[in-house]
Amino acid sequence: MNIHEYQAKQLLAKFGVPVGKGIPCTTADEVHKAFDTLGEPLAVVKAQIHAGGRGKAGGVKLVRSADEARSVAEELIGKTLVTHQTGPDGRVVKQLYVEAGCDIERELYLAVVMDRSAQAPVVIAAAEGGVDIEELADSRPEAIAHHRVHPVKGLQAFQGRAIAKHLGLRGAQAKAGAKLVASLVKAFMALDCSLAEINPMIVTKGGEVKALDAKMSFDSNALFRHPEVMEFRDLNEEDPKEIEAKKFDLSYIALDGNIGCMVNGAGLAMATMDVIQLKGGSPANFLDVGGGANREQVTNAFKILLSDKNVKGLLVNIFGGIMKCDTIAEGVIAAAKETGLSLPLVVRLEGTNVELGRKLLDEAGLNLQTAVSLDEAAEKIVKAIA
Amino acid sequence: MSVLVNGDTKILCQGFTGTAGLFHSKNSVAYGTQLVAGVTPGKGGQVIDGVPVYDTVREAKEASGATVSMIYVPAAFTADAICEAIDAELDLAVTITEGIPVADMAFVKDFMKGSDTLLLGPNCPGVITPVTDTTGCKIGIMPAYIHKPGRVGIVSRSGTLTYEAVWQVTSNGMGQSTCIGIGGDPIKGLDFIECLKLFQDDPDTDGIIMIGEIGGTAEEEACEFISEYVRKPVVGFIAGATAPPGKRMGHAGAIISGGKGTAADKKSAMSKAGVHVCDTPSVLGETMKKALG
Repeated sequence: MNIHEYQAKQLLAKFGVPVGKGIPCTTADEVHKAFDTLGEPLAVVKAQIHAGGRGKAGGVKLVRSADEARSVAEELIGKTLVTHQTGPDGRVVKQLYVEAGCDIERELYLAVVMDRSAQAPVVIAAAEGGVDIEELADSRPEAIAHHRVHPVKGLQAFQGRAIAKHLGLRGAQAKAGAKLVASLVKAFMALDCSLAEINPMIVTKGGEVKALDAKMSFDSNALFRHPEVMEFRDLNEEDPKEIEAKKFDLSYIALDGNIGCMVNGAGLAMATMDVIQLKGGSPANFLDVGGGANREQVTNAFKILLSDKNVKGLLVNIFGGIMKCDTIAEGVIAAAKETGLSLPLVVRLEGTNVELGRKLLDEAGLNLQTAVSLDEAAEKIVKAIA
Repeated sequence: MSVLVNGDTKILCQGFTGTAGLFHSKNSVAYGTQLVAGVTPGKGGQVIDGVPVYDTVREAKEASGATVSMIYVPAAFTADAICEAIDAELDLAVTITEGIPVADMAFVKDFMKGSDTLLLGPNCPGVITPVTDTTGCKIGIMPAYIHKPGRVGIVSRSGTLTYEAVWQVTSNGMGQSTCIGIGGDPIKGLDFIECLKLFQDDPDTDGIIMIGEIGGTAEEEACEFISEYVRKPVVGFIAGATAPPGKRMGHAGAIISGGKGTAADKKSAMSKAGVHVCDTPSVLGETMKKALG
């Protein structure tokens, strides 16, 4: 799960990460008032969406008066921002964050990620901030320092000093930098983050070291123990079909194609997408109904697939193990009837009671085709929508 | 012969009295698995379906002689259950539970240091060694009937995709020595390399099917190991060639990030290592049949 910049800053501040003064707003009036409340000659109005690259897309503006703040807000609220992380559809701006401006001396990069090869959190630091870290990793990997954090004991003091040194911080700034790193790691571990990124971390002309931007992502498996983080969930930032799917314990990801897929198991679901493409088609989604899919889940999955107006045909691929194929077939038939399905449907069943399942499908009087192998199923649906 | 488990293996089940624990234990027993003890804290002393229940893993091990644990404990408490199995010095802890926080698994891996206990999973279908056409040692949630005893070893990150491979091997008149589901989580126990080594060293395995998916670099590392060590034919498939970057495909580990972990990279590593790479899982069985000659 992702949260907004202003929410991440609220959380990080609690752990001792220095952040600027700021006020979250949802209307132009609030932004106008926020400028006066901050009482600084310069403020920054920042669009709050769950994606990076906001600055380049025009989502971050410097303002020097309350009136200017208001007019920037009027322009931004409701605007669709397209950045390199939003995809072509972009994201509609619904919230703004008004923050006191500051004079930047230097920009740095700092992040903590859960790293699978280290099997622990890893701190990533670079003395140049505001950059695309992946580009930097490609062009000058030596500019990036990596420090493995002990998964139980946390960051050690010497690591904080080494990171501060790598960031080019000296004297009091080095101490402040090491403290910031320690605070960030503490927040990361305490809140079960998968990513906590400060890009840029800055040194001000006055010599302060602080977080200018902040991004946090959380391990969704651990959210049950962090109600304070769950409160930050913003449904506006999620695909409504994905939200609907989660309600029914379905794992759904929207894609750009036109063949809706319903599969049990994540690996088989990915393989189904792959084979559709191999046969010249294009999957509209990833949808895993789980290893023990039941009739109700099959029906709900159908409804979610059909709510995507790009979908021109459906492919169901179920390997019935615990759940028997005849039960799945009944679910598919009921769902097709209940939703008044008019699109082409190909069903491939394999596993327990497969003969009975296929017989039920054949005799259901529905406009569907059955297939024995995954390849055959993909060929049939691609042909059916051509 | 087989790897990890065989018809003589005695197992215990942690989380035995829960819904999943009871349901899958029953299926394991029906397949002939020697389930000799259950463990649920606070429920020791009961006997359910003829299986004695104990409060702790150590008590269960001492009373029953079990050497392997099958874990269905709910995700919030699974890390603790795995540590208990490690502390009781079992040979193997098979963790079926999905949805365990990554930080908990990082903790478990640290706790395991210096221990001889092997961990399989979490978030995996488990491990199965067929002994006859209808019996064997089944530790996990896979449908038993698709398996037949034979000489193909299967190792996979995915659940239902493993069943697909098993079914094709069986349908093509071959069978399996052992099938190992290593699970889809980013931090886990046994990985491809350990399983490939077990199969290479097993005199009763002739060929290996390896099923990977996008995310991480375990497949690439496994391919380097195959080049160095594995002399048996390996047939491979990677799921997720069409997955977009940055989207988590169901499994916590299945995500392309920073341009790493793509299916194309993994398939090319497989080809370089001499693995028979399949573009579709539909041909895994026939490809293995050809590879075995």
